[in-house]
Amino acid sequence: MTEPKEVWITGIGIVSSLGEGLDAHWDALNARRINVDEKRFAPYVVHPLAPVSFDAQIPKKGDQRQMEAWQRIGTYAAGLALDSAGVKGNQEILGRMDMIVAAGGGERDVPVDMAILNSYAKGNSSPAFLNERLLNDLRPTLFLAQLSNLLAGNIAIVHGVSGTSRTFMGEEAASIDAARIALARIASGQSDIALVGAAHNGERTDLLILYEFGDFNLTDRFAPVWARDKDDSGFALGSAGVFLVMESREHAEARGAKPYARLTKVVADLAQRKQPGAVTKSLEALWPKLGTLGDDGALITGTTGVEPVTSEEKAFLSQHPGYAVRATGTMFGHTLETQFPLGLALAALSISRGALFPPNDPTGLEIEKSGAPAQIVVMGAGHWQGEGLALVEAIK
Amino acid sequence: MTAPRDKFGRPIVVVTGMGVVTSLGAGKEDNWARLTAGESGIRTVTRFPIDGLKTTMAGTVDFVTVDPSSSTGLTERLADIAAEEALGQSGIGSKGDFPGPLFLAVAPVEVEWPQRIEVGQAVGKADFDVNDLLAISGGGKFAKYHHRFMFGSVAGYLAEKFGTKGSPISLSTACASGATAIQLGVEAIRRGEADAALCVATDGSVNPEALIRFSLLSALSTQNDPPQAASKPFSKNRDGFVMAEGAGALVLESYEAAMARGAPILGVVAGCGELTDSFHRTRSSPDGKPIIGCMHKTLADAGLTTDQIDHINAHGTATPENDRMEFQTMFNVFGERAKQIPVSSNKSMVGHTISAAGAVEAIFSLLTLEHQRIPPTINYDVPDPAIPLDVVPNKARDARVTAVMSNSFGFGGQNASLILTREPI
Repeated sequence: MTEPKEVWITGIGIVSSLGEGLDAHWDALNARRINVDEKRFAPYVVHPLAPVSFDAQIPKKGDQRQMEAWQRIGTYAAGLALDSAGVKGNQEILGRMDMIVAAGGGERDVPVDMAILNSYAKGNSSPAFLNERLLNDLRPTLFLAQLSNLLAGNIAIVHGVSGTSRTFMGEEAASIDAARIALARIASGQSDIALVGAAHNGERTDLLILYEFGDFNLTDRFAPVWARDKDDSGFALGSAGVFLVMESREHAEARGAKPYARLTKVVADLAQRKQPGAVTKSLEALWPKLGTLGDDGALITGTTGVEPVTSEEKAFLSQHPGYAVRATGTMFGHTLETQFPLGLALAALSISRGALFPPNDPTGLEIEKSGAPAQIVVMGAGHWQGEGLALVEAIK
Repeated sequence: MTAPRDKFGRPIVVVTGMGVVTSLGAGKEDNWARLTAGESGIRTVTRFPIDGLKTTMAGTVDFVTVDPSSSTGLTERLADIAAEEALGQSGIGSKGDFPGPLFLAVAPVEVEWPQRIEVGQAVGKADFDVNDLLAISGGGKFAKYHHRFMFGSVAGYLAEKFGTKGSPISLSTACASGATAIQLGVEAIRRGEADAALCVATDGSVNPEALIRFSLLSALSTQNDPPQAASKPFSKNRDGFVMAEGAGALVLESYEAAMARGAPILGVVAGCGELTDSFHRTRSSPDGKPIIGCMHKTLADAGLTTDQIDHINAHGTATPENDRMEFQTMFNVFGERAKQIPVSSNKSMVGHTISAAGAVEAIFSLLTLEHQRIPPTINYDVPDPAIPLDVVPNKARDARVTAVMSNSFGFGGQNASLILTREPI
């Protein structure tokens, strides 16, 4: 086996409730800004997407119409990442760029669903009823706007990323694995450059229902992630799209690309959560696989605020008391598949800006950290399954 | 003894276990017997009312039922059956302890109508809106539906049951998903990360809304009577694909690890390739370049030339566009030889198993290599003069087969190909 190749993050695209682009996010994080809406879906709390002009990255209105919100958010963020990496429009590179997207599915046509359910409630349901309504009321193109792999499909169409295209599914773990596989492929020489990321539209009643089945939604009042106690646990869904361009050091150097940071390692596992403490144990087992870590580093986590996993993550963090922790869930809400790429993006951004952004936590779990971070650990644990860690480092 | 590495110095990846379920039956033996007898598994749908539907047949797996009934539940059960068979044949690891990762091709998941209706009825009044629905969704009554309708639920179940290692990957590349699952396994073994991988592809999603969605895109055959004759790949009177259910599971191992434990070696995954089409959401680029490039990449990955491919397991959906495009691209890659290479579409018999198709068809390709017998393309009564292929019409054929190319193409510009051989080449 040859030596693994060094992998650089050379492009970052972010759009979220805090705005779009790296400067806007850096400013918002430093100002401890939070954009949260307690009214629109009351009693459920969401972090709505900041106003975005999709035309800037998706010039054809026809393309925008073919997409659901989550696809627009993702295609937009992918465009920002390609711009940031300096490869937008570079057909030679885009034509061989690998893509791994972590995706859920698109929004249902809620009025259509509600009309059908109301008819059932009134007893208007012959055997043919559902067929008739769906045949007449579903928009033909809605299917494509919902299909998981069509975010990747739209990125290919709009931006021309057309080497390979893979879509991973499975909530939070999907994007941990997307980063893990992209890194492994580049490090081993199976790939030179990849676009990796995810998108989430948190402003969806159909998603709120799905998570309400498991009592996962934060209700009534916003609270920072660490301040949500066991009686008031839950996540506030957040809208965000995050994409990263990753490439081998030699590929980046050959084209004169400027790196934000190095992605050194991504590790993931699936703890069997029937046993209490399983996630804590799993994270502890993953920790040494990241490599050599200092005692006083920084860690960006996508901690959701739901129980019991949040308490298990806290138990893990308490074993690393020197670490300056930042929970993205406080500022961005829970962005499901986008949780982990968001952590990676903020880690790379912090390293490139030579500072960790300040704590945003009244409980004191998050401590101040001065100086330029050389290493940032990124953590993600799914609200019901899957967990992983990554190490992002300054380039030596 | 052959070197355990291929000509590029990578570990050779072999198949040591296979399991399959389709509308033709459960297990390799049944499927192979019926496939080579030219039987169809397509039937009129009885699982739900078909009133008003333009397409009323599908390749449903009716001999497997799950309670409570859901497509995701059936998808999981089919994967379970196929994986059991593959692991049994392979003899790898021990029960509940598979020594490698899981790569699962699975259809996207949503709450389904029976459950949605159940929740709606729990509101308990006649005129209600989405907020009323939300208000009664919590409290634990429907907690099982959260788990059931998470995208990662099927993989989570399989990972626990079979004790696969690490984070299981659920993936979708639409109709190419099954091939992608195999490709991910091959890549992991070639990187030296794992000596074995469990690659499963499954789809149990014939339900009213799924059928209607494909129907609204005019993708499905409407030749309902008789259902067995609906799927007509490469025929002039083809009019769309037939939705179907099924699962395929493969145990992949490095040749070295397989030999070391004296495992049965059923074949070799010699090459994988993929190339994205950025032309349109559902249509191929008219010049076919992405598909052509995909086949060339796969040949290059296997280190083979077109002359060495002696059978093609086609995507062959029987949509007017796919089959025409598939011929054009094969003709571009293989030249005049494209007209001589036997090309079969298993979908003529089992229908289009969507997320599972790439793996199901890889297994049928490996069985073709094992038995040196090529399954037919049935329902081929009206040849399309624009597609002058040898489609092994209607009757299986004995032939010398050493290397099979299996193609999968999907919505969203997904193209993936595999090359399977009997022995390391």
